[in-house]
Amino acid sequence: MTSTLLEMRGITKRFPGVTALSDVDLTVKAGAIHAICGENGAGKSTLMKILSGVYPHGDYDGEIRFDDQVCEFKGIRSSERAGIAIIHQELALVPYLSIAENVFLGNELSRRGVIGWDKTLIEAQALLDRVGLRESPQTRVADIGVGKQQLVEIAKALSKKVRLLILDEPTAALNDSDSRHLLDLIVDLRKQGITSIIISHKLNEVMQVADTITILRDGHTIETMTVNDELSEDRIVRGMVGRDLTHRFPPRPQRDIGEVAFAVSNWTVLHPIDQHRKVVDDVSLQVRAGEIVGIAGLMGAGRTELALSVFGRSYGKYVSGKVFKGEKEISTRTVSDAIRNGIAYATEDRKHLGLNLMDSIAESITLPSLRKISKRWVVNQHEESGVAERFRASMRIKASSVSAVTGKLSGGNQQKVVLSKWLFTDPDVLILDEPTRGIDVGAKYEIYTIINELAARGKAVLVISSELPELIGICDRIYALSQGQLTGEVAQADATQETLMRYMMKGRA
Amino acid sequence: MTTTVEQPSQTPEAQPQSNKPTPPGLRQRVSSFLVSHIRQSGMVVALAAIVLLFQVWTGGILLKPLNVTNIIQQNGYILVLAIGMVIVIISGHIDLSVGSIAGFIGAMSGVLMVRNDMPWLLGVAVCVGIGALIGAWQGFWIAYVGIPSFIVTLGGMLVFRGATQYLLEGQSIAPMPHGLEQVSSGFLPELGANAVYHWPTVILGAVVTVAAVVVQVRRRRSQIRYGQEVSSTAVFVAKCVAIIASLAAFTLLLASYRGVPIVGIILVVLTIVYAFVMRNTVLGRQVYAVGGNSAAARLSGVRNQRVTLLVFVNMGILAAVAGLLFAARLNSATPQAGLNFELEAIAAAFIGGASSSGGVGTVFGAIVGGLVLGVLNNGMSILGIGSDVQQVIKGLVLLAAVGFDVYNRRKGGR
Repeated sequence: MTSTLLEMRGITKRFPGVTALSDVDLTVKAGAIHAICGENGAGKSTLMKILSGVYPHGDYDGEIRFDDQVCEFKGIRSSERAGIAIIHQELALVPYLSIAENVFLGNELSRRGVIGWDKTLIEAQALLDRVGLRESPQTRVADIGVGKQQLVEIAKALSKKVRLLILDEPTAALNDSDSRHLLDLIVDLRKQGITSIIISHKLNEVMQVADTITILRDGHTIETMTVNDELSEDRIVRGMVGRDLTHRFPPRPQRDIGEVAFAVSNWTVLHPIDQHRKVVDDVSLQVRAGEIVGIAGLMGAGRTELALSVFGRSYGKYVSGKVFKGEKEISTRTVSDAIRNGIAYATEDRKHLGLNLMDSIAESITLPSLRKISKRWVVNQHEESGVAERFRASMRIKASSVSAVTGKLSGGNQQKVVLSKWLFTDPDVLILDEPTRGIDVGAKYEIYTIINELAARGKAVLVISSELPELIGICDRIYALSQGQLTGEVAQADATQETLMRYMMKGRA
Repeated sequence: MTTTVEQPSQTPEAQPQSNKPTPPGLRQRVSSFLVSHIRQSGMVVALAAIVLLFQVWTGGILLKPLNVTNIIQQNGYILVLAIGMVIVIISGHIDLSVGSIAGFIGAMSGVLMVRNDMPWLLGVAVCVGIGALIGAWQGFWIAYVGIPSFIVTLGGMLVFRGATQYLLEGQSIAPMPHGLEQVSSGFLPELGANAVYHWPTVILGAVVTVAAVVVQVRRRRSQIRYGQEVSSTAVFVAKCVAIIASLAAFTLLLASYRGVPIVGIILVVLTIVYAFVMRNTVLGRQVYAVGGNSAAARLSGVRNQRVTLLVFVNMGILAAVAGLLFAARLNSATPQAGLNFELEAIAAAFIGGASSSGGVGTVFGAIVGGLVLGVLNNGMSILGIGSDVQQVIKGLVLLAAVGFDVYNRRKGGR
């Protein structure tokens, strides 16, 4: 009964100057969950954009057969009519409309242009039940979390009588429990006869739900594998990077860990709007010179908020707490104070908080330290490109030149630009917030190597991460945060995902 | 990834041309140069085309020395505003109040210098100071209180228009002091008499030309010293020859009438200073950073609020300068002075390649944009086209220029 639902043959897509996809084949069986894996830039998203009609017929070479019909989609609407819906990485909901309005947006239940609200609400409720979202259809989308918004997107796809659902990095922004709920839902939808294609970097999730995995690398189909007990994550990674990745983390040389270099004591911060809520509650922590310390926590535990607030009070309302470097108390009242005192914070959100995507690599690297390469406020642009060239070489940033715009770099290269920018401020303390989010496996390894080198040079490094294996793989010591409070501290030797998770789930004291 | 991927050209976004096997030929290099400079060069080419077109249509009147002088004097104040406006726009804001501020400062100058007999130089200083204060006032609400600049300056537009009428009690004040009047309609003083060419202008032109070439040569040298890629010697020489030729032609053109108008000198100085500030100083960089991504700028230690405040203080100063120039040119302070100036200045900045979302734009572009509008105005007036039609055409030019820009960007991105 496993008939073929979708067949893409010989898909080739060229952009000016580059071939994004060459001769890619993809066969998806009806009622399957089919995962597509590959490094960033492998062509996954491009392939899905072709399938969903974002790149219309004629823009690419090759043939799409859906349900044994040759399809020539002219746009998203025509692919939707055939029963294909795509849910993009960035959600496409209107925040100030209600859930019901969003579900039927562009597809309103109307008669002669007049919307039938009763019918809309009833049908929206039915769809919400199907995706397991317990919210009133009249709630504004802005008032629900990202996880629930994802479910609204799926409800919207279901309303269009979808038969093939494409999910591009669906769990990238979700916490563990939301992710699990979403994955369960996808499995559940399979029982209702909906086929899914899922693009994900999270291999453990892929292994949990997918029946089949197709690997793309550099715009080519590498292989298609059936998921069974013999298939290991390492096997998939090998296909993605074209080599055995026996070590996902670089070996850690014996380091000299020095005195306490950086300490935060009794740090408390209130929520910027809801001032009764302590987002960070009396947190004290220490990092020694040459030590890599991790902060684990679920979403909403207050990790990023702690870092932002320590770094120039950039979040919430400061209540109390002190910051020390060595024995000496320092001021981090403003971002410039923090930078001057040798603290650097590389954000989790490169695109919105980390980089000006219109700037060149050189301009991005020098922004916090412009005074260093200026004389009487005049920037020496030659020295600037010299500095940028040095970082391009040492960090192995892949770009045609240092005047390339950061917005056009891959995630891994953007992250290296962000790190270069902070290294150029010559910090003693680096706070790295999700340093490998949205980066492919190979580039992650490089980032880990860089972090190791920093520690070897005697810097105090604080790493915030949602990926527990990553924390265990690179940190010497890990703190766990839960609901704004420090709930545990584990040395690397004793750290397991289970212990950490137990601390991370601990309720408020 | 580096351990596996030997060819760096696998990153598609970063190196669009890298998979071409042979080194690019001259034609490719020229075309890639044009593509990368299209936002800048596109408008310069458009300006040249417009000038040429009107030169033909007006039977050669457009580029007569008298008329070129007119264009400079008629558009001086708009160009001054355009410099300030493009900086405001780069920082991610807008200023609708500059026309009213210019009018208010004009009225102020009349009240101070004519009614109260203040020496005109002191009066100018006081007026510029008031402009700075007005800018600081608006900048405070925008930067520190966080009210959108559109709202604050819309309010300012009404406030200062009303204040102008209040100061002048609906009447005009005239004439302005001779010294101030000369700033707007005067020329570089003559040396000796009755020469064919205006010698001080020729000398000034020669100095500027030499300086421009020296700057070019020095920049190229230091680029070579720091190991950067430079254009070939032939291209460089051609560029220098073009600079010399155009400056020389322009100098002789002005020198064959009454010489360089003082407004022209003020404009050139302001353009060079502001272009330098925006390109080469820490403050200029920070303005681009705040406009491009204010959150990222803040987390990089840029004091966004202070930068924004300074941008508006600067706009206030330039609006005051423009108001003084306009009052000087009319030789009177009138309640209607500065009406719709803000729209011309904003249009100039956008025609010159600024982006309404901030972070993009150049001072030079704004000047070119302002000149496009100025030449259109002047050329159409010579042809006897009514102001109704003129407005329609200018509106369409704005739309076309920005539309072209948006189209280009979309093609450039993906």
